[in-house]
Amino acid sequence: MKELALHILDVAENGITAGADRIWITVEEDRAKNRMTITIEDNGRGVPEDVMKRITDPFYTTRTTRRVGLGLSLLENTARRCGGSMTIDSEPGQGTRVTATFVHDHIDRPPLGDMAGTLMTLIYSNPEGDLAYRCQSGDGEIVIDTKQVREQFNNRPITDPEVFRHLMEQMEQIKTSI
Amino acid sequence: MGKMTIDDLKKIKEQTSEETSLRHGTANVKITVHMGTCGIAAGAREVMSALMEEMGQTERQDIRVMASACLGMCSSEPNVTVAVEGEEPIVYQHMDSNKMRQVFRRHVLEGEVQTDFALARG
Repeated sequence: MKELALHILDVAENGITAGADRIWITVEEDRAKNRMTITIEDNGRGVPEDVMKRITDPFYTTRTTRRVGLGLSLLENTARRCGGSMTIDSEPGQGTRVTATFVHDHIDRPPLGDMAGTLMTLIYSNPEGDLAYRCQSGDGEIVIDTKQVREQFNNRPITDPEVFRHLMEQMEQIKTSI
Repeated sequence: MGKMTIDDLKKIKEQTSEETSLRHGTANVKITVHMGTCGIAAGAREVMSALMEEMGQTERQDIRVMASACLGMCSSEPNVTVAVEGEEPIVYQHMDSNKMRQVFRRHVLEGEVQTDFALARG
């Protein structure tokens, strides 16, 4: 994965597959501590305890289409390689939270990348659910929440052309900020 | 008809959006971008972005776009399945944004299967 935004897309898709209708993504840059923290949280069905034990084992997967499961193992690997770590907290029936940390200026840390592309893909392919994104960096804070956007438009679906256009405009601030 | 109130306007708005969402409900074409880890690493997000742009330019209301998990054919990712109502679904392989635009305009809009990119009849 060339970008952290691709890891985020991958992990968030897991949440959607787990039946989540709400996803929270945060990216925090702490220049003073030279840390970058990404969290992806969902309200899906959660991870059962026996699966949790092997969740970052690349040769373990719950799916049947193939025998490897690389998503979380790749993210864990990237985090470790960059002087950080990855943790997964999950409560069966409540949801899952994946947290990955990185040393901010580590030479191996991939760039955040096209976060707007990741968010639009997640929103567009899962129009029934809501997604909130918060990015905290030295330049300030950006918050985008599809629930708020829909409420502004009288709860019209997010795929409604006018609502979607409004969302695209909001995404522009992400593109210019990072 | 008397003077229109804000409530009347709201009602009209609700009705119209209900109608549009109903139209969204009847999908004649379903496009699935396979977005497992393998698909994402191979460029499925760019394929999806191109598809979103094409969708924004068409007036058609009967096309549904979905993301799904890995097909099990990781070596040919990004894979995209186009399922037209009443026809066999077609799986396209090694997609990129340009191929996606071509498949959208020729297959989805005009019904011409792009055999050059097709993996198999699924």
